[in-house]
Order: sequence, then structure tokens, then C-alpha cells
Amino acid sequence: MQQRANTRASVLEALVELLSSMRFAISLLTVLAIAAIIGTVVQQNEPANAYLNQFGQFWDPVFSRLGLYTVYNTGWFVAILAFLVLSTTLCVIRQFTPMLHEMRGFREHAREASLRAFAHSASLTPTLTPETRRGAVSDYLARAGFRFRVDERDDGVLVAAKRGGVGRIGYFLAHGAIVLICLGGLLDGNLPLALQMSFAGKAPTNGNQPIAHIPASARLDAGNWSYRGNVYIPEGASADFAVLNLEDGILLQKLPFKVELKRFNIDYYPTGMPRRYASDVVITDDDGQRFERTLEVNKPFEHRGVTLYQSGYDDGGSVLRFTLHDFAPGKRPPHPLEIEVGTRLPLASLGYGLALELTNFRPINVENTAAPSATPGKFTGSGAGRLTDKSLKNFGPVFTYKVRDDAGQALEFNNYMLPLEIGGRKYLFSGVRKSAATDYSYLRIPVDEEDNAETWFAIRRIFFDPARRGALTERFAKRSLDGGDKAMRERLKTTADHTLTLFTVGGLDAVSDFIEKSVPEEERDKAGAAFIQILQGLTWDAWQMARADAKLPALKAGDEHTAFIRDALIALADSVRYGAPFYLQLHDFEQKQASILQATRSPGKPLVYLGSLLLTLGIFAMLYIRERRLFVLLKGDEALVAMTSNRKTIDLDEQFAQHRDGLAAALAVKV
Amino acid sequence: MESAIPSSAAAPVGATNWLARRTLGDWLYALLLVAGAVLAYTRYGEVMDGYEVAILALHVPILAALGWAWRPFRLYAAAVAVLALASIWLYQGDLGRAEQNFFLKYLISSQTAITWMSACFFIATGAYWLGMAAKSDFGERTGSRLTWAASVMGATGLCVRWYESYLLGPEVGHIPISNLYEVFVLFSLITALLYLFYEGRYGTRKLGAFVLTVISVAVAFLLWYAFTREAYQIQPLVPALQSYWMKIHVPANFVGYGGFALAAMVGVAYLLAERGALAGRLPEKKVLEDVMYKAIAIGFAFFTIATILGALWAAEAWGSYWSWDPKETWALIVWLNYAIWLHMRLTRGLRGKMLAWWAVVGLVVVTFAFVGVNMFLTGLHSYGSL
Repeated sequence: MQQRANTRASVLEALVELLSSMRFAISLLTVLAIAAIIGTVVQQNEPANAYLNQFGQFWDPVFSRLGLYTVYNTGWFVAILAFLVLSTTLCVIRQFTPMLHEMRGFREHAREASLRAFAHSASLTPTLTPETRRGAVSDYLARAGFRFRVDERDDGVLVAAKRGGVGRIGYFLAHGAIVLICLGGLLDGNLPLALQMSFAGKAPTNGNQPIAHIPASARLDAGNWSYRGNVYIPEGASADFAVLNLEDGILLQKLPFKVELKRFNIDYYPTGMPRRYASDVVITDDDGQRFERTLEVNKPFEHRGVTLYQSGYDDGGSVLRFTLHDFAPGKRPPHPLEIEVGTRLPLASLGYGLALELTNFRPINVENTAAPSATPGKFTGSGAGRLTDKSLKNFGPVFTYKVRDDAGQALEFNNYMLPLEIGGRKYLFSGVRKSAATDYSYLRIPVDEEDNAETWFAIRRIFFDPARRGALTERFAKRSLDGGDKAMRERLKTTADHTLTLFTVGGLDAVSDFIEKSVPEEERDKAGAAFIQILQGLTWDAWQMARADAKLPALKAGDEHTAFIRDALIALADSVRYGAPFYLQLHDFEQKQASILQATRSPGKPLVYLGSLLLTLGIFAMLYIRERRLFVLLKGDEALVAMTSNRKTIDLDEQFAQHRDGLAAALAVKV
Repeated sequence: MESAIPSSAAAPVGATNWLARRTLGDWLYALLLVAGAVLAYTRYGEVMDGYEVAILALHVPILAALGWAWRPFRLYAAAVAVLALASIWLYQGDLGRAEQNFFLKYLISSQTAITWMSACFFIATGAYWLGMAAKSDFGERTGSRLTWAASVMGATGLCVRWYESYLLGPEVGHIPISNLYEVFVLFSLITALLYLFYEGRYGTRKLGAFVLTVISVAVAFLLWYAFTREAYQIQPLVPALQSYWMKIHVPANFVGYGGFALAAMVGVAYLLAERGALAGRLPEKKVLEDVMYKAIAIGFAFFTIATILGALWAAEAWGSYWSWDPKETWALIVWLNYAIWLHMRLTRGLRGKMLAWWAVVGLVVVTFAFVGVNMFLTGLHSYGSL
């Protein structure tokens, strides 16, 4: 029985021995470093399918099981930290008594033999009378800032001195600090939430449902003492909960107060880069107390243990007013529309089997128009560089929307509100893409002198209208071969008809395909030029017909219209592939923003901060307060000087030499 | 008072008469620091917040202690102050004068000064290597002087750049340690100053060739980065960076990186000495070991402060003192690496080749944390992106 108890005791002892050993601590630190590296190499908290794409069907579940996608929250990572805390704590406890002893003691009972064996020891021959030697040594040591203790021995006197012993406190400070920091970190980490989910029956729920439908199991009350969540508030609205985003859903965290957003402000630099994000909020306490605050990046606000940070912004439901221009010939005139950002508008009432989803709106949109130069700018001089150039330009409001058909397929559009000037010509830009993975390809609609796009739409409606094709080509042929041979005019009209048919179906590609198929290679360039000439002529005539429709006087042909005709034709060609039957032109908007605040409660913060302070003090004490022990053994006609330190650096050599010489001088008779 | 010690014996080490040992030059230097701080406060105090006033005030004792403990630093600080003030005076509030004024154009506008810094560092590297190859004291002395000159020009360049940023617009102005270009200047500067300190402390210029090599590599990167990306242009600060924390977090970090880089280069020298290479051209191994330890110790102490300051700042800007952002995580890895190094040396008493190799490999880890993270990983620290 006794035997067994002994074994158990010795196993425990061995375990403590292992856990508190430096070997174990260093292994832990190494494992921690490796785990941390994994967490930076594998992007954390990405959507599940991103990982599946990246790692494939075989490895994805393995990595997922190992927790590599949320390394810092996994049980094994937290376990490493816990072991680190345990190991460091045991280490500090074990070292406490010996180190305290070491700090207090003077080692005045050191034996002569061991002093002689020191790496730094020297034998002096004092010339001072034996009775004054002890006093001379004490004086010297006191002046040099040493504290000392004297041990009278049978055969002599040992003066044991030391400096910088407090450096050893650094050990306790630094290692205790690690424990504090880790504990604080555990309190503020995922652990409290994980415990609530395991033991208090809390479970995340789907984020795509109205707040009112969220079950109690996914709601955390205001008493929860550790969390980090986002608070989304549109201007004019208020919120009293934060959303905690988890891997498999969300949790709602009740806040002990209500936050109302009065206004969200963005200030800009002259370059258009955002300079300041600020939310003007009104906070209403549960007990009805109200006060106003402005939250800014780097200027958080703490109230009732919850800290609010300016973390992001979004559109809060701006109202945009559009004109819908239909591309199709003969259809309705431009139609007004009004939609709120973030909402969906079915267009069935307008005769489209489509729905419009307005996804985003940005009123200010600055881009760098400077052509990337092959030769770098001037390197020397001031650092002002391009900031003083006018290459950065605000292109005005931009909005994005999706046009989704009944089958659920969607195209995404990105339109500018204002016409942009390029090479002295102005265009309305509308980008379209099939998926977020590709770039937008832009349709550039030329505007007329009044910045109006309707001129081009009128041309397009006639150009693409089979019912008016005859009249258009007739007019074109007549104008081109005015007074010419009737048969030739007929031929030209036929060619124009044919060209138009090709063009309206497949754009310029269809025309060039046709040329490739039916024209010998050496004549293709010439033929291409001829087709372009025909198309440009047709564009001009369509324009004049449109003006006649609008009861505007016909224009006189001239070079000043060439550029517009060219731009219009390119836009006509591109519009064939536009993908939506209409174009949305923004006229007017009422901006409404939303601020995203972060609400946190971190009970571990004071611990971590205290730990940080102690760590700094401890490290400096350990590295820079060097303990020095100086021994002077006066024995017979000899003075033995020995020195040691817990930090063996070259300074010790120098200091030893200095003290040896100093003591030699102190023990010598003055001449 | 009668002294028992003859004057030939130096005062006891660490004696309490520390203040008494100040020379007239020391006091003059301190007085100038106070005057500078007072001048800065009276002129710009109203636009500083309380923290910035505190940082300004703390500069006086810190720079004074630095100059008192390391005398050549006094002259260095004075040279930087004179040149920077001269540049500011020549600007007269007009950025355009960088092109018109001779001195600004060819000497002390920020970019020109940084160009001079780069040139001096390159030539100093050459001089140190020649000095080592030819065992020429003249070569090494030239290298040392050029390193001082480069450090003066680099610091002047940064100070002037700070001023220039305010000329671009009061709201654009900020301390020039906000992007990769600016911190590379800072890194070269701090590494050089740390090296010069140890050069004086140990009375040997034989390590210059090694340390200046790593600085030259940094400067080469700096120039490549500047020329290919036009990174030398002053950019306004994103809101997250607008904080007084930057003024202390970033410099502390670079004392850390500088110390680690220095230690690694000394480690290279140690490994060469170990193999008997460059016999007679390197300091004693004991000295190398000592410099290596001290560089890592100072690097580690400041890196700890920097990481803590970073955490405090993160708590204010991002709402969490630790977010396991790649830059933070790599900072932790660097910290752990050197923490283990120090444990090995101080507690285990490990010495020699192993620690030298470790210090060299440590630089690889540091480089990844410094530049690699910005190149290969994404995260919150993206303003330092390549």
C-alpha cells in the first residue's frame, strides 16, 4: 500500500517535473509557432466552398476536421495555450523559493577553493596594514554601489558583495505576465461562447431571416460577459443587438443600450481617398438615459462595459431614380423608375420577364486617370509626386444592379451616373459581367451636346427596327448616289439591307465573318472599309430620321459629326451583346448610408494590459539589470578578488578588470 | 574630499555620480533638446493632441539619455536637426522650391536626401569590404564615416518628408513611417545606428562589411520598390492609421528588426570565423558572440514593446487587441523565435555555432514577417502592401 502511494507520488512528481521543465516549455512554444504559421498560410474563416475548391475533395474534410480553417479557435490550439499557462505557472512556482533565496543571499559562506575556480578571479597583494584593509574594501564597494556582507572566518575575512539582484524580479514579472496574458486571451477568445453553446443550449441560426424570427436559442442576453459582434444601423434607424458571425450561422447579442444612427459621414482627401469615417449616434440606456456621441476609427467609445468601434459602412437603402431606356425598336419611350438600394423590383408590369436587384450605390468614385508610365517619375526632389497632379478624378456616382431572368440567371451591371470624358468625347459607361470573377466589359454610349443619351437610343431604335429598315436603306442609297444610276442605287440598297441584317444580329463580328467567308483574302481590307462606310452612312441617316421623328430640323452633313457617328456605331455594335433589353440611366438620388459598428465586451483586456506592462518591465529587468557578485577574501598577505554574474558578457571581463585594479589601488599604501 | 583611490584608477563602474560625470557638451545638448521641444510645442502645440504632446515631451529625456550614454549621437542629432531645419527654412512653405533652390534640389529635399543616403550606404559597404580585404584601417574608417553620413541623410530625408507632407495639405500631413517605402528608410537608418553604436562600444570596425551588406540589400530593395512602383510619393493616411500610436509602434518595431538583422549578420561573421575564414580580419569570436547577444537582447526588448503597442493600437482601431491577423501572428512567431533563443543562451548556457546559425535563420523569419507577409498573405496590415 505504502509502495503504491509512493509510486503515485513519484509519478506526479515526475509529471510536475516534466511540465515545469524548460524543455517542455520550449517544445510548447515551438508547437505554438508552427500552429500559428499554419493559421497564416491557410486563410482563416473563408466560406466552405472556397476551401473545397482550394484543397479538393480528399483534403478538404481532413483539414476541416483538424480545424485548420479556424486554427486559433480549435480545441487543440486552446489546449496548447492552456498547457503553456500551466507549464509557465509551475515553472514560476518551482523557481520561486530558490530564486528568492538567491536574490536575498550574499553567498558569504563561499569557500576559498570555489572562489579561486571562478573564471574571473585574481590574487592581490595589499600593502596596506592588515587592520585597515577591511575598511578600505568596504569603502570601495560602497562607492561602487555594491551592498555587501562580511563573514569572519578562522583564517580571514570574506566580503561578499552584490549589485543588480533585483534583476531577478524580472524573471517573475516576465513569466507571470505570460500567464496573465494567456488567461486574458482565453477569456476574450472563443472559449466563453463555445461553453455557452455546449452547456447553455445556444446554437447559431441562419442569418437570412427577419430578426423577429430568430429563436431564443440563438439569442444571448445583455448579461453575457464576453463577445464581439457587428451592429448594422441605417441612418435614422436604431439597433440594440449585435450579430455574432459564426462558421455555421449567426447569434444575436442583446446590447445593454440602444444605438441610433443620426448620420454617417465620410470625409475625403483632395485625392478622393477617404480621410475620416464617423458615425453620429444617440445612445439610449435601458434606464432611459440618452446622450449623443461621435464614433470614429481609432476613437472608440465605451459604455457599460461594451466598447463600440467604427468598423465599416454600407448603403442603408438609398433611393435612386432612373430612366429606363429600352433598346428594342418602336417600344415605349424612356420610362421613369424608383428603387431602393438593396431591394428587388420585378419588371413584369413593364413587360419584361426579368427582375431588377439594386445591389450597391456609391456617390463618389475617384479613380486615377494617369496612364501608367513606363518611365518612372522623378525620384529626387520632394516626395510630393503625383499627389499634386490632377490625375485623380471623381467620376461621380456609380451604382450596381443585377438583372435576373425567370430561370434565376443574372447579369451584373455597373453604371456611371455622369458622362465621362475620354479624348474630348463624352460617354455614359455601363459595365456588364456574368460573374464576380470576371471584369466588367463596358458599353460606351455617346451623349450629345446636352449630355443626353436619348439621341443615341433614338438612332438605335430606327437602326434595329425591321419595319423601318426599308426606309432607312432607301434614304441611305438615295443620299449616297444622289442622281446616279437607278440600278446602282438598287444594288447599294440591297447591300445596305444585307449589311444591316447581319449587323443587327451579330454586330461587327457578323459583318467580318461574312467578309471572311465571301470575299477573297486580298480584297478583304477594302471590303471591310466599304462595309464600315455603309454602316456609318446608315447611322447618319438613322440619326436624321430620328430627328425628323422628333420634329427637329435635319443636320447638315459635315466633319463635326464624324466623331459622334463613329462612337454611335461602335456603341450600336456593342449593344448587340449587352445582355439586358434596357439601360438604366440614373438621374437623381437620395443617399442613405448605414454604419457598421463593432460591439465588444472583453473582460480579459485588463489582465492582458497588466500582463503587457509586467512583461515589458520584466524583460528589461532580466536583460539589463545584471546581477554582479564581487568577493574579496582577505587572508594573510593576500587579497583574493573574484567576480561572477548570471549574465556572462564581455562587460564582465571589463568590469572585473576595473574592480580588480580599483581594489588593488584601494588596498595599496598611498604615496 | 580625500579620495582613497588614485586618479589613475577610473571611477568605480556604475557609481552613483552619474550626473556629476556630465560634461558641458552633455548639458548643452540637453538644453538644445529642451529648446527644440519647447519651440515645437509653442509653434504646433495647438494642433497636437495630449498623446502627441506627451510623445514630444518624452523625446527630450530619451534623446538626452541616448546622447549622454553614447556621445557621438549628440553630434548626429545636431547634424540632422541643422540639415532638416535648413531644408524647412529653404522651402519657405512652397513645395515647388524643391526644383528651384540649389540646396533643396541637389542635397536636402527629402527624396534627394534619401538618394544621398542610399549612395552613401552603398559606398560605405564597398569601403568596409575593401578595408577588410586590404586590412586597411583607412578603408574601414571611410566606411564608418560614410555610414554616419548616410544615417544623417536618411534621418534628414525622413524629417523633411514629414514637413513636405504637411505642405501637400494640412490634413495629408503625417509622420513618414506609414508605408513600406518609408519604413525601409527607417530600417536602414536604425540598423546603421545600432551598428555604429556597437562599433564604438567594441572599438572594432571589422563588422561593418557584414552589417552594411544587409543594409545595402534593404536599400536596393527600397530603390527597386521606389522606381517600379513610384512608392516614394507621399500618400495620405487611411483612417485606421491616423493615430498617435503609429509614432511609437513603428519605430519600436524597427529597433527590433534592426537588432535582429544586425545579430544575423554578426552570426554570419561568427560562422565564418568558426571555419577559420577571413582569419585575422574578424573580431574575436568572444566579441562576436557578445555583440550577437546584445543585438538580439535589444531587438527582443523593443520588439516586445512594439508588439504590445501594436496590440494596444489594434484594440483602439480594430476593436480587438489580437485578431490573429497574419502580420500579428508572424510578429508572435518572430517573438517566440527570439524568446527561445534567449532561453537557450541565458538558461541553458548554449553558445557557439548553434546560436549563430539560429540568429541567421532568425533573419529569414524576420524578413518574412517584415516583407513576406505583405507579399504573400492578406490581412489588416494591407497598407504595407507591395
